[in-house]
Amino acid sequence: MLCIAGTDFSSRLFLGTGKFSSSAVMAEAIAASDCQMVTVALRRVDLTNPDDDIMSALGQREYTFLPNTSGARDAVEAIRLAKLARAASGSSWLKLEVTPDPRTLLPDPVETLKATEELVKDGFIVLPYMNADPILALKLQDVGAAAVMPLGSPIGTNQGVLTDSMIEIIIDQAKVPVVVDAGIGAPSHAAYAMEMGADAVLVNTAISVAGDPVAMARAFAQAVEAGRTAFEAGMGQRSKQASASSPEDGQLSADLGFLK
Amino acid sequence: MNIRLNGSEKTLKEFSSISALLQDLSLNPKTVVVELNTEIIQPGSYDEQTLTENDSVEIIRFVGGG
Repeated sequence: MLCIAGTDFSSRLFLGTGKFSSSAVMAEAIAASDCQMVTVALRRVDLTNPDDDIMSALGQREYTFLPNTSGARDAVEAIRLAKLARAASGSSWLKLEVTPDPRTLLPDPVETLKATEELVKDGFIVLPYMNADPILALKLQDVGAAAVMPLGSPIGTNQGVLTDSMIEIIIDQAKVPVVVDAGIGAPSHAAYAMEMGADAVLVNTAISVAGDPVAMARAFAQAVEAGRTAFEAGMGQRSKQASASSPEDGQLSADLGFLK
Repeated sequence: MNIRLNGSEKTLKEFSSISALLQDLSLNPKTVVVELNTEIIQPGSYDEQTLTENDSVEIIRFVGGG
């Protein structure tokens, strides 16, 4: 079972809660996915809509909430948001996101490392969103990240796991769980990440903007489970040379001699 | 008196407390976090914490996000 910072998760699918058409659809999709970890963001209250509260929309089910620091452009802003998140949630779980360039939303490795170190010292359970850089993953692990979250491709692009060769190295080296985050656009992408040995995947846009988000959430749950089962079953080696699936011995040799 | 509330000007009665401000805005205190001049205010202090001219107040809550 997946364990992060002492908490067990039977589902290896984490869901983002952004961009759903309504709170009701979001709640139904999350329930259909059977996930136990959901991300949320912090924003200024919309003073024209005082009752718009995502936590009450998510209802009574028990989720681990993973607040993110989206919008932070450097470590200082991320730490300020982290403290607000802890005050709002009453828990120390944090998805650290430091994205200085709104065009690419790529994570700043220097500021992310700096903020991780400081937040871990302050008692946060930090899951940093990071580029798929194996050296950075080790450094984040060394300063106390509870898991690392390398990107498959830029946030919201649905391009899939373009960073697969680097993610393989990260998985190979990591002592903490590896959660592939961002860019996962189809259940097959999620299954692929899980087959590689990722501990979990985080999906948002691909589900929230689907024609039927509830059905898509179910499809992702199945894909994540299939991919994990395949990883645990042990995948066959890749080879350039063909290798017959049917037996080579006992082939007919008389009139069907071409079968030899 | 005037304060900055979530980046905009807001006129309040003198010595308004944070509780009074939240009530004025129809906000459930349990669903928000309040920052006064970049310091987080603990919910237990909302009644006694009064606001003064030019204070900067941020009222934050969770929204959907990835």
